Amino acid sequence: MNPEEIYKTLSDKFGGAILGYDTELAGDPNIQIAPTAIADVCQFLAETDTLAFDSLMCLSGIDLGVKEEDLSIVYHLYGMQHRHTVVLKTSVPKTDAHLPTVSHIWKTADWHEREAYDLYGILFEGHTDLRRILLPDDWEGYPLRKDYQEPDFYRGMRVPY
Amino acid sequence: MESTQQTESKIIELKPFTDEMIVNMGPQHPSTHGVLRLELRLDGEIVREAIPHIGYLHRCFEKHSENLSYPQIIPFTDRMDYVAAMNQNWGFCLAVEKLLEADETKDFEVPERAEYLRVLICELNRIASHLLSFGTYGMDIGAFTPFLYAFRDRERLLLLFEKVCGARLTYNYIRIGGVSEIIPLEPGSIAEQNYLDEIEGFLDYFEPKIDDYNDLLTSNSIFSERTMGVAVMSEEMALSYGATGPNLRGSGVDWDLRRDEPYSIYDRFEYDIPVAKDIPELGAVLGDCWSRYKIRMDEMKESVKIVRQILAEGLPDGPVMADMKAVRPPKGEIYFRSEAPRGELGFYIVSDGTPKPVRVKGRSPCFSALSALQELSRGLMVADIIAIIGSIDIVMGEVDR
Repeated sequence: MNPEEIYKTLSDKFGGAILGYDTELAGDPNIQIAPTAIADVCQFLAETDTLAFDSLMCLSGIDLGVKEEDLSIVYHLYGMQHRHTVVLKTSVPKTDAHLPTVSHIWKTADWHEREAYDLYGILFEGHTDLRRILLPDDWEGYPLRKDYQEPDFYRGMRVPY
Repeated sequence: MESTQQTESKIIELKPFTDEMIVNMGPQHPSTHGVLRLELRLDGEIVREAIPHIGYLHRCFEKHSENLSYPQIIPFTDRMDYVAAMNQNWGFCLAVEKLLEADETKDFEVPERAEYLRVLICELNRIASHLLSFGTYGMDIGAFTPFLYAFRDRERLLLLFEKVCGARLTYNYIRIGGVSEIIPLEPGSIAEQNYLDEIEGFLDYFEPKIDDYNDLLTSNSIFSERTMGVAVMSEEMALSYGATGPNLRGSGVDWDLRRDEPYSIYDRFEYDIPVAKDIPELGAVLGDCWSRYKIRMDEMKESVKIVRQILAEGLPDGPVMADMKAVRPPKGEIYFRSEAPRGELGFYIVSDGTPKPVRVKGRSPCFSALSALQELSRGLMVADIIAIIGSIDIVMGEVDR
């Protein structure tokens, strides 16, 4: 199925939770989804035979700028059996960034979500082991947010050099 | 009062079994292929749980990328998988080129000669990377000789890379729109002929060596005992954990991006994709450490095949860089994946139309494959952990980015 057909299938099934289909920008078109519905949509995509998205290629957080109020989370899915791909996008407010986990659907999401939590401070509800993965446990702040200010010192060591 | 309760609950949490011992393996340990720390919870010699702790080599690749122009990011990709840096350069350039192609107002095409040079160099780099994997895996298991042989041959490849770009490990050779012209390789010149002859000389020397190495290590009975039937990764598990490349093919999935989602000029060459299967007469089980290792040995032969086809055809004439003034992709986003030696290397780039990207995410094949370690190692022996890490072939530079 191409992304447009998948968008139609999802709209029929989930209605208002599917917010739109974005083809305006160059590159991959993406389907926008309400953050609360993301786990259900992913479950549906993974378990329906005609879709069968059995691998999550990439899960990334995005911060488009200091002035933006939202953080985006992007899911790149691939179905090995039908050899098709789809991009899902959802956004959560920076001040209260949380959405359901998909780590029970694809196990690779476990570490990818931990990375998004580590670098963007997005909380994935229902994730069994959500802790920092790349940075030290006592690091403060979320470095990939555009408004991040690096600390002057970390445990007595100067950070900017 | 409250604090004591907390400490007590911590003790209970850490010691669910009376005889459990917690051992830190790493971060400084040669068999971890870099700086990986494993928190092992042991019952005697049985591993109850092996929890990987990564991040010791985190250099903020993604944060740096947001402050650099596209061509400036390429040297940073070198430092992701420093064992196969050519492939990393290429993966990133492919993603940016794909985004540039999406801009309909501009005509953008990578020249033919550059495509041939890219495939040539990247396949040689794949051999170099698999050689390192083969050599260090032997050493992990306790055979020192393969390591010396592998590094001897890899050295010749590094000299070949040095001749086109001046560097041995971090090349910055493949650029957006073509390849670097720092050391010019004029079409039809003696320098070019000598270079191609040298590659052919290497292939003639190296191809029979692969069989030697198979005799030396692959069919070695101690090596087989240590790797066959150990840590079997099923097809479903491999897909769910996002294991790709040799790890996925080692689990019996016939999947290779070079063939299944052809990019560049891979559709012009003939080569096979080695896929693992059960070999009962040897004792190998589909998806075990040995299968993953064997895929790499077989892939070296296939890479030799591809390089030989390029040498037979000869490099086409023409420029090695596309005609363009500045790298300025249109507003948009792209995820592009290519087949690096360790699996699917993806780059997700978000552009706002300026010379600097808004977001670059490197989807590293090792990062995903390593996340399967915890489940793979449950219930095995401590020594098997080393066999697993070597067989999934991680490079920490890429895991931590």
